[in-house]
Amino acid sequence: MGRYIARRLLLTIPVLFGATFLIFAMVYALPGDPIRALSGDRPLAPAVIAQLRDEFNLNDPLLVQYFKYLVDLAHFDFGTDFRGRPVLDTIEQRLPVTARLTLVAVAFEVLIGVVAGVLAGIRRNGFFDNLVLVSTTLIVSVPILVLGFLAQYVLGLRLGWFPISGINEGWYSYLLPGLVLAAGSVAYVARLTRTSMSENLRADYVRTARAKGLTPRTVVVRHTLRNSLIPVVTFIGADVGTLMGGAIVTEGVFNIPGLGRAVFDAIRAQEGAVVVGIVTLLVFFFIFFNLVVDVLYAVLDPRIRYD
Amino acid sequence: MKLSKRRGALVAGGVAAAMVLTACGGSDDNGGGGGTAAEGGSFSLAINNPENPLVPGNTTETEGSQVVKALWTGLIQYGEDGEVEYTGIAESIESDDNTTWTITLKDGWTFHDGTPVTASSFVDAWNYTAYSPNAQGASYFFSNIVGYDELQAETDDEGNVVADPAATEMTGLQVVDDQTFTVTLNGPFAQFPVTVGYNAFFPMAESFFEDPEAAALDTPVGTGPFQAEGPFEEGVGITLSKYEDYAGEDEAQAETVDVRVYSEISTSYTDVQGGNLDVVKDIPADAITTAPSEFGDRFIQRPSSSFTYLGMPTYVERYSDPRVRQAISMAIDREAITEAIFNGTFTPATDAIAPVVDGYREGACEYCELDVERANQLLDEAGFDRSQPIELWFNAGASHDAWVEAVGNQLRENLGVEYSLQGNLEFAQYLPLADDQGFTGPFRLGWAMDYPSPQNYLEPLYSTAALPPNGSNTAFYSNPEFDELVAQGNRAESNEQAIDFYQQADDVLLEDMPILPMFFGVEQIVHSENVSNVVIDVFGQIDVAGVTVNG
Repeated sequence: MGRYIARRLLLTIPVLFGATFLIFAMVYALPGDPIRALSGDRPLAPAVIAQLRDEFNLNDPLLVQYFKYLVDLAHFDFGTDFRGRPVLDTIEQRLPVTARLTLVAVAFEVLIGVVAGVLAGIRRNGFFDNLVLVSTTLIVSVPILVLGFLAQYVLGLRLGWFPISGINEGWYSYLLPGLVLAAGSVAYVARLTRTSMSENLRADYVRTARAKGLTPRTVVVRHTLRNSLIPVVTFIGADVGTLMGGAIVTEGVFNIPGLGRAVFDAIRAQEGAVVVGIVTLLVFFFIFFNLVVDVLYAVLDPRIRYD
Repeated sequence: MKLSKRRGALVAGGVAAAMVLTACGGSDDNGGGGGTAAEGGSFSLAINNPENPLVPGNTTETEGSQVVKALWTGLIQYGEDGEVEYTGIAESIESDDNTTWTITLKDGWTFHDGTPVTASSFVDAWNYTAYSPNAQGASYFFSNIVGYDELQAETDDEGNVVADPAATEMTGLQVVDDQTFTVTLNGPFAQFPVTVGYNAFFPMAESFFEDPEAAALDTPVGTGPFQAEGPFEEGVGITLSKYEDYAGEDEAQAETVDVRVYSEISTSYTDVQGGNLDVVKDIPADAITTAPSEFGDRFIQRPSSSFTYLGMPTYVERYSDPRVRQAISMAIDREAITEAIFNGTFTPATDAIAPVVDGYREGACEYCELDVERANQLLDEAGFDRSQPIELWFNAGASHDAWVEAVGNQLRENLGVEYSLQGNLEFAQYLPLADDQGFTGPFRLGWAMDYPSPQNYLEPLYSTAALPPNGSNTAFYSNPEFDELVAQGNRAESNEQAIDFYQQADDVLLEDMPILPMFFGVEQIVHSENVSNVVIDVFGQIDVAGVTVNG
């Protein structure tokens, strides 16, 4: 197990290099002049433009820019954005915000998704099962932007149950955006759990367990649920990384100052250092959570061993 | 100055379905915030994320300016109609020849850290902003001061910096004593006192110069009615509180102001509907028709300084004949477009100088009125090739599609010329193309004033000296007569005389039509019942100090 984890961690190094270079190249390839865009309708003084281009190595070829970036990175210098603010500061300030949002979203996935899926799986074709089917179809088919504005309008403005925007009210502020962010995944988790449950309930070992005279509760919780959760855990684990990176729309609608918004703004301003810094972090999280999932496999299913 | 405000409008349009519901909201609001206004209290204000740290010399866009103007008071202030008022730090700004200006400061002004405002506070700040290695956005505002060129780093042909500037201080700036300094300009410029109310000319405290880069990200230290409670937090905002030792007349009414950054204008609008936010400067496009009835007299509008125009590529042979440009202008029904597409957020432009500026003349532009017959006549005279489409350029993602297309349809209808839309470029590609004579047909651009003078609508946009890369004359227009009239305006002894010359220059421009004036902006804001006395100034910004919180 230890060797397996070490090998996986070593593998992240080339992946991170590859990812940073790809992102760097993509930002580099964006057409246009970011410094000219900074100045807007009235151009900056020519010497000021030259100064800024020089400061951000914008006159260098791609490989030179990337190399200079790596050299700085080796000194734990993540660079600055065009405002002169260190990228590390931005990450430090925004990571906790996005982490909280992600945590709330995952909590919803587990609470609502798994519970609804289990109940639907047990009572297949019953009323609750149909309710889950219809509601999840509805949620998945509505774009998250519309869902966000709708939730904000109905639950925030009309009913006044939740704050409309911002993070001023602590964890409470994260509930509504967390739910919206999780919506698609909740539906998927519910479906996945339902299918997995109903399949396993018909499996031989469950029949055996029933035949042994175990209570229905023990059969469902101890024998079926544990096995059924393996694909669900895989999905949720991978989804943590996806949620962190995919919060752009939700963070925009609910005005939450997280990483998603920072990346969005940075891409629009073609600020390579910021994009690469944050996206690398997200790639790292993605790899990390996938590793956690793989390790959890062994815990959930004793047949799987990584030796 | 740069307009970045309406960028969110497109995103907002995409959720029209969700926002239709908004229309039925707020039926219990009869407008007219009751309650009595009193000093103190706190309110919140929404802005977009500023592009730069809150350093006045590096803040040339609208969002950061909104905060900078609450934190700083400059030499002069602008009155309701943009007139110069000596309610700022300057006692007087005088000159015998309009070239060398003596600025005398009032006693008793202090920075928020308690240190006095002296002549050096200005001179040091101006030198810092002008010095090119500091890369301050407003550097060019000092280009008419003697010695500015020596503060610009030497660059090679590829735009690389090859040598440091020759000097760090402009010889045109001299400190006489603590309360007095002189400014020597490269030539006579009677409008100089009008310009110094702009951000770029604000003073900086001594503590700023110890480590400007760190200070830029730290708590701003200004001279204004409000002081900052802490650094500006990216994507979040900043809290301002009343500066008790403010020496000016227009002291802050509220005790604290919570300036919040929003990235979606529809979110800030929903927040003000829900009463969680007090003042919003942007109304989503789809809420504009319902906002007046929903907010009553808490919906406020006034003309803004923003000016939208279609630049003409005078460097393209097809558009080099003024008659062609006049004809195209006369084939456009501006009235119909503002009504059909803008819901009153823009008004048709009949001058190249905005209505908020002294010197504006309604109907100054003869060719801005729809006259299909004359347009066709002129086009024939000029021998315009109607078989080729007219290519219309605009930048992507900023909601220009609809009105530019409407212009195209009118050209097709009225002139019998096909059109094609060229709207795929982001600002970062669009602007360099403008500087490189890359446009093949009329192109959209905008302008918002830096200071209320007709000069600001003429010289930076159409003078020969403003040809790219030095300025924004992207139509590549050059007319010695125009340049001379602007120069005469700059030299004029009285404001009336100056305006007279500027209007003559304006007439030359509107005859040559290197640009087609299209629309002037209308500023629209809404506020909650929590606040009163919400006033928009000539720059289209909220007068933060004047806002009172209802007790």
